[in-house]
Amino acid sequence: MLRIGIDVGGTNTDAVVMEGTKVIAGVKSATTDDVMSGVVNALRDVLAASGIAASAIDFVMIGTTHFTNAVVQRRNLAQTAAVRLGLPATASLPPMVDWPEDLKQAIGNHAYLAHGGNEFDGRVISPLDEEELKSIAADIKAKGIRSVAITSVFSPVSSDFEKKAGEILAAEIPGVHVTLSSDIGRIGLLERENAAIMNACLRDLSAHVMNAFRNAISEAGIKGKFFLTQNDGTLMDAAFAEKFPVLTFASGPTNSMRGAAFLSGVKDAIVVDIGGTTSDVGSLQKGFPRQATVAVEVGGVRTNFRMPDVFSIGLGGGSLVVDGVDGVKVGPVSVGYRIKSEALIFGGSTLTTTDTAVARGLAELGDKSKVAGLSPDLLARTGAKIIAMLEDCVERSRLSPEPLPVIVVGGGSILVDGDIAGLEVIKPNHYGVANAVGAAIAQVSGEIDRVYALAEIGRENALEDAKARAIDAAVQAGAARETIEIVDVEDVPLAYLPGNATRVRVKAVGELHAQ
Amino acid sequence: MKTLKTIYAEDLEDIAIGGAILGTGGGGDPYVGKLMAQQAILKHGPVHLISVEELADDALVVPVCMMGAPTVMTEKLPQGDELINAFRQLEQLLGRKIDAVLCGEAGGVNSTTPFVVAAATGLPLIDGDGMGRAYPELQMVTFTMHGVSATPMVLCDDKGNSLVLETVSNQWTERLARAATVEMGGSALLAFYPMSGEVAKKAVVRGTLSLCAKLGLTLREARANHGNPVDAVAETLKAVTLFHGRVTDVDRRTVGGFARGTATFTGVEEFKGHSFKLDFQNEFLMAALDGKIVCTTPDLITLLDAESGTPVTADSLHYGLRLKALAFPCNPQWQTQAGIALVGPRYFGYDADYVPYFGAVD
Repeated sequence: MLRIGIDVGGTNTDAVVMEGTKVIAGVKSATTDDVMSGVVNALRDVLAASGIAASAIDFVMIGTTHFTNAVVQRRNLAQTAAVRLGLPATASLPPMVDWPEDLKQAIGNHAYLAHGGNEFDGRVISPLDEEELKSIAADIKAKGIRSVAITSVFSPVSSDFEKKAGEILAAEIPGVHVTLSSDIGRIGLLERENAAIMNACLRDLSAHVMNAFRNAISEAGIKGKFFLTQNDGTLMDAAFAEKFPVLTFASGPTNSMRGAAFLSGVKDAIVVDIGGTTSDVGSLQKGFPRQATVAVEVGGVRTNFRMPDVFSIGLGGGSLVVDGVDGVKVGPVSVGYRIKSEALIFGGSTLTTTDTAVARGLAELGDKSKVAGLSPDLLARTGAKIIAMLEDCVERSRLSPEPLPVIVVGGGSILVDGDIAGLEVIKPNHYGVANAVGAAIAQVSGEIDRVYALAEIGRENALEDAKARAIDAAVQAGAARETIEIVDVEDVPLAYLPGNATRVRVKAVGELHAQ
Repeated sequence: MKTLKTIYAEDLEDIAIGGAILGTGGGGDPYVGKLMAQQAILKHGPVHLISVEELADDALVVPVCMMGAPTVMTEKLPQGDELINAFRQLEQLLGRKIDAVLCGEAGGVNSTTPFVVAAATGLPLIDGDGMGRAYPELQMVTFTMHGVSATPMVLCDDKGNSLVLETVSNQWTERLARAATVEMGGSALLAFYPMSGEVAKKAVVRGTLSLCAKLGLTLREARANHGNPVDAVAETLKAVTLFHGRVTDVDRRTVGGFARGTATFTGVEEFKGHSFKLDFQNEFLMAALDGKIVCTTPDLITLLDAESGTPVTADSLHYGLRLKALAFPCNPQWQTQAGIALVGPRYFGYDADYVPYFGAVD
């Protein structure tokens, strides 16, 4: 099986060609403003480097931080209406109450509270008011808003109100994108609503980006199917990804950690992924990223996604180096993808970490003569500062005093020489494109979501049945049966139904079958 | 009255974290309460925390609380005026001005709800509570042991309903209020246990709100200084580690408005090869190591993320989490015969006697 893994980051677009578990070729190219030409370039280069015909490629797997970056940088976000169904309950804390002010403003702070919602036992808090929703729709329409997130109280128990309200708004507002919170999240109104609103504000961008991917792949002459990787390191198809861009939020760190584990063959380690602008540090347990226990914030917004526990700092290959009275300062400002024109070694006038690495002889890149004049004292202090910054993160990510190796990946890996915090540093082959490798080896999943009457079959049997069905679904989706593991089990009692009815959700994941 | 500490909106961050630790898995996620308290303080001004000793003997003190299932509280947020309505209605019933607000339960969401009322009324808030932790039923407060009646009590819901209760015992208040809360959709807000300053000085578990603030600060500092957050919290609480392991199963049932269940863990590192079971009824009430009961209510059992030290509620427990279980001593009032009758393991239907984990406190 031949597959291409692509990682579209804020600075670089990387691509690898893999045959089974072997990396045939890997390339880095710059991310472009239009996304598409960067992907076109990466595909062209990696196919050329591998010597494999585009027509022979079976699958393309894309991981991207594009949507996360859009939220973090408050860029390309659509004006979005947040409609909550639950009045008179929930009015104490309106939608986006816990959001950073700038993000709220970036999407227009359009919050609507309407009647609807269910109690925990399925009873109705108040009936849906069609006239009220029509007048909200009229207001949304008049403001020119085309993205709407609908969140109804207890919609994971009963999603009828969200669906009905979605139909009403869709009928009233031509061309509207509607995100229903029950499609995305779990119990926990604010977190689920936050995720739904973020998803809605990314819908225009996702249509644009998915189109760019589609065009780039067909322009390269690839006929194979393409997928996007999601938070938990599994794949979703293009049509699904376009509807749920929010599910890609943590795919960057997930791919880099899984890629690092794959390339190094080490299953327990700290992974440091140094990009152009930031470094992400996380820990790997048995080959999987350690999951965060508590609500994870994205761009300052609380969500209840299950995400890898990753700590980020503003240190990358494009980070500015500024020597001042308080000593040398590295980052968090970065030249990002403009490194090719702004760094000293590329003829620019900005001193970056990459310049200091080249001056110290850690990498052969650009025009070394441009950095010959940097003082050895400044270089030494910059090197020490970078290591101190990384040590800080590595210490935070350590699970125990046991000496674990540190796997360093990403384009900015050239900044590191020697140990970090006294721990052995591993830079695996193809370290620069670990994210793309992580995308290429993404797993497939099978999920089941069913209501069982526990009074009839008992909880044990219900869980066993659900697990077996999830495993079958994963096999159906292309997973090799012997590699499948159950990664998530959740049961929500539905107290309003007789017979101790419980909604059981199970997710199974496995490696894509080799054939 | 002398202010011990002025509480601003940002101070609620630490208090909510500490409240979650004292919540021993229950009491509801303080996040929602924290946001409500912050909104109230931003709107009305800061809250003045006072020592219970500052109260005149004839002062009138009223605790406020949120009641119901934790899952409901994170999903069906309050309408907003319920607490202040309950407080004002009780004031009217009693026919006199209330002098200070009291926290009923310093664990969980109720570590923050009294700030909503104190901010809105401008009344001082007493640094202390009626439990020193969280418990699932409303008669389970030290006030009961001092003969304070929970009623007259006012219970308000998100729809605008309010209910006044007059009962023959605090146990009856619990039964009736619980049934009403379930009917109201699983959560309600209330003002109850009106008492004099004199009684409050006997009953209140002192310093628990400032302990919450201190626990939040301890966690924050341990993280900032790259210390071990779990150890730092354990030291502040004089707690011991009961277990270190990974969640392998959570069996939940919602019974009569409570989240009951059992979480099973398998040990890692120093506890490798051992198993651990935690029974909960909103709160963690009984811990068993390798099938043998090691710690029970009223001593406190709390779960922290093994690395970050973040407290984990029974509600958010899920497969795969790696956690540490800490045990720490309860307020001595709970170790009396009356205390154990109210909140001991047998009350909760467990076939076990309370054996003080830390020995009897004198």
